[in-house]
Amino acid sequence: MSSSITAVPAEAVRSARWRRATEEPVWLKRSLIGLALAFLGLFLVLPLLVVLYSAFSQGLHAWAMAVTEPDALAAIRLTLLVVAIAVPANLVFGVATAWAVAKFEFRGKSVLISIIDMPFAISPVVVGLIFVVMFGSQGWLGPWLSAHDLKVLYAVPGIVIVVVFGTLPFIARELIPLMQQQGKEEEEASLTLGASGWKTFWYVTLPNIKWGLIYGVILCNARAMGEFGAVAVVSGRIRGETNTLPLHIEVLYNEYQFTAAFAVSSLLTGLALITIVIKSLVEWHDERRARRAAH
Amino acid sequence: MTSVNRTRSVIPGFGLTMGLSLFYLGLIFVIPVAGLLIYTATMGWPAFWAAISHPQVMASYKLSFTASLIGASVNLVFGGLVAWVLVRYRFPGKRLIDALVDLPFALPTAVAGISLVTLYASTGWVGQYLTLFGVKVAYTQLGVVVALTYIGLPFVVRTVQPVLEDLEAELEEASASLGASRFTTVRRVILPALLPAALTGFALAFARALGEYGSVVFISGNLPYRTEITPLLIVGKIEQFDYHGAAAIGTVMLVAAFLVLLLINGLQWWAAKRR
Repeated sequence: MSSSITAVPAEAVRSARWRRATEEPVWLKRSLIGLALAFLGLFLVLPLLVVLYSAFSQGLHAWAMAVTEPDALAAIRLTLLVVAIAVPANLVFGVATAWAVAKFEFRGKSVLISIIDMPFAISPVVVGLIFVVMFGSQGWLGPWLSAHDLKVLYAVPGIVIVVVFGTLPFIARELIPLMQQQGKEEEEASLTLGASGWKTFWYVTLPNIKWGLIYGVILCNARAMGEFGAVAVVSGRIRGETNTLPLHIEVLYNEYQFTAAFAVSSLLTGLALITIVIKSLVEWHDERRARRAAH
Repeated sequence: MTSVNRTRSVIPGFGLTMGLSLFYLGLIFVIPVAGLLIYTATMGWPAFWAAISHPQVMASYKLSFTASLIGASVNLVFGGLVAWVLVRYRFPGKRLIDALVDLPFALPTAVAGISLVTLYASTGWVGQYLTLFGVKVAYTQLGVVVALTYIGLPFVVRTVQPVLEDLEAELEEASASLGASRFTTVRRVILPALLPAALTGFALAFARALGEYGSVVFISGNLPYRTEITPLLIVGKIEQFDYHGAAAIGTVMLVAAFLVLLLINGLQWWAAKRR
């Protein structure tokens, strides 16, 4: 008898005249997909292709020359140095803040989270300005610094501090929702069984937040390496000395060395692509875990 | 801020982590920002007003505000469309495209800037065809809009996507079985449910666009009164060691950013209440 339930012929279901009332007609679906893909092709794919094409248009040798030339190597070294300080600093801040926010109740929590969001909305140029006003010759600490022969502005410390400011939210913002969602039962169990606080953090909390933490660090790293406006303001653009990779790209571009500019850009583009691949892996991992938890 | 409702938690480390967090925020964020605001306050009202209301500065506000608004609006429409297509339909390469949406967030703005100007210059891959229709993008105000659309692209997609995924199918089925056409269901049931999230994404894209510098300076041509955005003016003033002029305009931008964040918080609160 069950065959009479499927009385609607299969070919009628497949044909366009039959569709479920909660779906759009096929022509509309295809048009919407086409429109979305056209938009993304124009705004996402073409800019990416133009970087890769221009970087390698003069051949692999020209690319290798551009990224191993002394000023480029100096920019790479400086960028790595800045990131090696800024990312761990924001990592410690992010983990500490997420622990306080996720495991405890206190007044002003939402204010704290809003403050962490602020650097995201502040213009990079204003970030640079804030520290020019702080450390510049006519700024608050300028006279004192020059009296003690300390250089912050137009030197590495200034670059580090604006990058720390600009990338402050990324790891914290990744960890706070993750740790809030995981609650605190597992930590409480571990502590009740006699483990110390540190041991609980290393063996219970850290494995739980591992993936989110990795993505937060990678995103923070990519943003730190790519920070442009704030660094442009405080670095003084001294070639071979205070030019990070994005500033080096700007110099090359303004000197009409387009192939070299895109060759150096391809390094940062590669980093950006790795970042979004890791984000996809983290999401895939989360989905799998959620599905396993549902069973 | 530090007073805890101590319900005798066994979890240690509140003092350490909270102390560290507040110390770090104070040192890196609160003191430097306060430094800028106090610096601006010392210049006195007439000088402040003269600095922020100069015609060249006013023209830059107008451009920054309008171009950010247009960029965010384009993203509201197309970001919503992309989210819809990614959640509801199947097509080849979907996962790849989903991942690529985050590219403007991860790609350095200087790289975005030089690639957009290369693409839209009159000899570029896209620019050469637009020139045939008499449309100029590079070194015009339209170029500013293109750059600000690019950097704001991920936000509406990423705020709308999870809401659309969680939307209960029963609502749409109920609407359809009560006789509503698909168009009516989308307009009266689905769109209202997405509205808070979409507006949050719109506001995030707008906030990001207002302060954007790197991607814009390459494509805008930086003509005073025409294609000069507000952040660029600040850079110019710092380079001329006019710290007070820069600080005054920077304070205006800081206040604008703060207001947009307040709006975003309000929208998120509304979205949370609606879900």
